[in-house]
Amino acid sequence: MVHTKQFMRSAVVALALMSLAACKSSSDAESDANASSAMGSMSSESTSSAAQASGAGTSGRLSAEQIQAENALRQTVFYFDFDIAEFRATDRETLMYHARDLAANPSKRLRLEGHADERGTREYNLALGERRANSILNYLIVNGASRSQIEVVSYGEERPAMTGQSENAYNRNRRVEVVAR
Amino acid sequence: MKLNRAIPLLFVFGALISFSAKAELSIQITQGIDNPIPIAIVPFSWEGSGVLDEAIGDIVTADLQQVGEFRALSPSNMLAMPREEREVYYRDWSVLAQDYLLVGKVQRAPGSELIQVQYEFFDINREIKLAGEVLTGTAAQLRDIGHEISNVVFELVTGTRGAFTTQILYVVSEFVSSEESYFRLEKADYDGRRAQVLLESREPIMSPSWSPNGQDIAYVSFETDLPRIYTQNIATGQRRQITNYPNINSSPVWSPDGTKLAMVLSKDGSPDIYVQDLISNELIRITDHPAIDTEPAWSKDGRSLVFMSDRTGQPQIYQMEIGASTYDVERLTYDCFHCAKGQFLPDGVNLVHVRRETRQSPDYQISIMNVETLRVITLTSTKFDESPSVAPNGSMIMYATKFNGRGVLDAVSIDGRVKFRLPSSRGDVREPAWSPYLN
Repeated sequence: MVHTKQFMRSAVVALALMSLAACKSSSDAESDANASSAMGSMSSESTSSAAQASGAGTSGRLSAEQIQAENALRQTVFYFDFDIAEFRATDRETLMYHARDLAANPSKRLRLEGHADERGTREYNLALGERRANSILNYLIVNGASRSQIEVVSYGEERPAMTGQSENAYNRNRRVEVVAR
Repeated sequence: MKLNRAIPLLFVFGALISFSAKAELSIQITQGIDNPIPIAIVPFSWEGSGVLDEAIGDIVTADLQQVGEFRALSPSNMLAMPREEREVYYRDWSVLAQDYLLVGKVQRAPGSELIQVQYEFFDINREIKLAGEVLTGTAAQLRDIGHEISNVVFELVTGTRGAFTTQILYVVSEFVSSEESYFRLEKADYDGRRAQVLLESREPIMSPSWSPNGQDIAYVSFETDLPRIYTQNIATGQRRQITNYPNINSSPVWSPDGTKLAMVLSKDGSPDIYVQDLISNELIRITDHPAIDTEPAWSKDGRSLVFMSDRTGQPQIYQMEIGASTYDVERLTYDCFHCAKGQFLPDGVNLVHVRRETRQSPDYQISIMNVETLRVITLTSTKFDESPSVAPNGSMIMYATKFNGRGVLDAVSIDGRVKFRLPSSRGDVREPAWSPYLN
């Protein structure tokens, strides 16, 4: 729950900053006040318990960002739609954090393990798993990771997360797993 | 759970001690033909001391019935039990409407531990003996002798060489959790009997294939954490790692002359077809396309490769001459949503493949397309059929499917009329590879 609150809060800050920027030309006192209260930790009366937990003062915004990054890095399985090799748009932000983390930590190494559901031939699924892992690989590299930090392997349909011929099993098996090395 | 964990440790030391845990397959006939040929197979008499492990008559009966063209007379309906020619009266069999008769006897070879099997085969309508000989072997070879007699009978009656002494490779997996699975590469007689473990691993094993002389196999193993191609000699167990290219190394298939392996490598970006010479290790690139090209299969003359590509968006089957320009590709399938795993029958005209007709019909089935007339025959009616492998006499196709949620091997005759199943007692069985003739 704490993480959810932190996530909500940082979104509010970001919105406030955007509105602040939008109003910059006008010296409207009200919008300035809104902005400073939206900054949260800057004004004592709007400081939430969540902000205190994450550390007070000017570092509040950074800290929320850090927690968001940590949450993002905790997501290591990315699911794919049937017959689609591109990762979902909803995973873009999370993967961005993975890319930044790799860029900031050049000694870090990852393995991207691509998987497919069991429909279709095994050799084709082996290739599809690689295509999925590569879609994430390319995004990580474009966003700052180094190619040498990442190993890609496809298991095709050979290592299912869940067995069976249900739609649920298929959905869980079409995935790329990020494994620290 | 505990039992499953203990198995791989046992297997590490080889096939001999793993005997009790391998996947024992046994045949079930699931569909036969309307007018099978009536044949009487008299139980072979055993004229030695002790009890034999195998009954030759039962082996021949099972062989001939499971390919569907024969129906064996029940011994309880026989009027006589002849052991050799001088005891045979044709009318005993013609009144029972039998077309053929097989009789025989089994003896200890004089002064040795070897066993002699004498058989004689008769045409009841023409009242003539068609064949007869004595086969000698060890007690452990009784099944081989039985299958050899089946070969003789099958060829005399149908005119087609029998494939009863052939073998199959297949992969068995036992799923414990997404982190823990066991994989075995096994070899068995074509009917699933006498299974032996050739390789055991905690990492996936894929794509077993036979060398043309049946002495070596190739497969993909993830034992180093990455898919790499290996060959293994069946007699010695000696292994050789053939590839270590970046990314996917898969689908090894021996050329008809046994000197090269076609394979799939994605070292240059996307999966493409390559051919590696097994002596010089020279690697030739065959396809060059940013889409997925995979599942190579040689033409009988070794001059071209059939493969699958999704270059038009969905998998379709293509053919290319070795050494042709990468643009000089012939597309073979058009009328399916997904056509894959293509390979020609020995006639070079009929293409066996896995077919999904439309996006709306999600079933994958085994089909044959005549590439001249474009006529398609779908041989199977189950949903998850894949990995077709053709018997060396072209009479049957073995393939992997699902039964009660588990992977099993099925076989279907080339005309679709006869089917049999090899259910496994353990794990998921898949990727059958039917051997060439081994004798």
